[in-house]
Amino acid sequence: MTDTLLTEQTLSAQRPVLFRYALLQLRDSELADDAVQEALLAALQSATGFEGKASLRTWLIGILKHKIADHWRRSAREAVAPAFDRTDGDDGEAEEDDYFMSSGHWNGGPKAWADPEAALKQQEFWTIYESCQNNLPPKMANVFMLRELVGLEADEVCREAGLSEANYWVTMHRARLRLRECLEIRWFNNTKQEQRHA
Amino acid sequence: MRSCRDISALVSQGLDKKLSLRERFSVWLHVMMCTRCRNFQTQSRFIRKAARRYTDDLQNRLNNKS
Repeated sequence: MTDTLLTEQTLSAQRPVLFRYALLQLRDSELADDAVQEALLAALQSATGFEGKASLRTWLIGILKHKIADHWRRSAREAVAPAFDRTDGDDGEAEEDDYFMSSGHWNGGPKAWADPEAALKQQEFWTIYESCQNNLPPKMANVFMLRELVGLEADEVCREAGLSEANYWVTMHRARLRLRECLEIRWFNNTKQEQRHA
Repeated sequence: MRSCRDISALVSQGLDKKLSLRERFSVWLHVMMCTRCRNFQTQSRFIRKAARRYTDDLQNRLNNKS
């Protein structure tokens, strides 16, 4: 209604976020660049599509998703589509209580980590990090990716992933609990004893 | 007195929105005394940092490849 006129400038401001999104899905910067360009072009051409209902970004990501899907269709590489895109299936919803006892206290719980900063400089750490991230259940991985890798705001993630706010908090919290534990077991306390939820 | 389950959930939320003064205060009080929740707080911030670094590195790696 009001000022929802799309200019090239407002659109290109969204480019970094869109690019990260495309890159994480396509794993190729050229393809990602193409997909983003196509999406932005489509956005410019569709004067009526964006009505200021959703956030601009959420709307653009919607378009970008179609472009990415087109790409997979064209190259018939569905088999290697990354886990992020599989948002169906149930995600072990009842597992939070592994982390806490009925009293609300930690069951085991976070130990101190020796020198996390140093870990960031080690290639082996990143291999483990990536594997921990990929081991999140698909829905959770998708939400985590949108928030922490793509960099959307919480409310944008909710719209994008079709989550209620309450669901969002639970999902992100579980993702952090899981990742934390995975990193602790596989990197920070990589000793044979005390592997609880390995 | 809130439990570790509640406090850690608030710590998580605090990374994604501004908590109310009351919430921030109860986190602060709890974390002063509870090592595990304090560890969770540090570690979930670390995970955020790692996630950003991971994305940046991926971006660089893929840029160099093409």
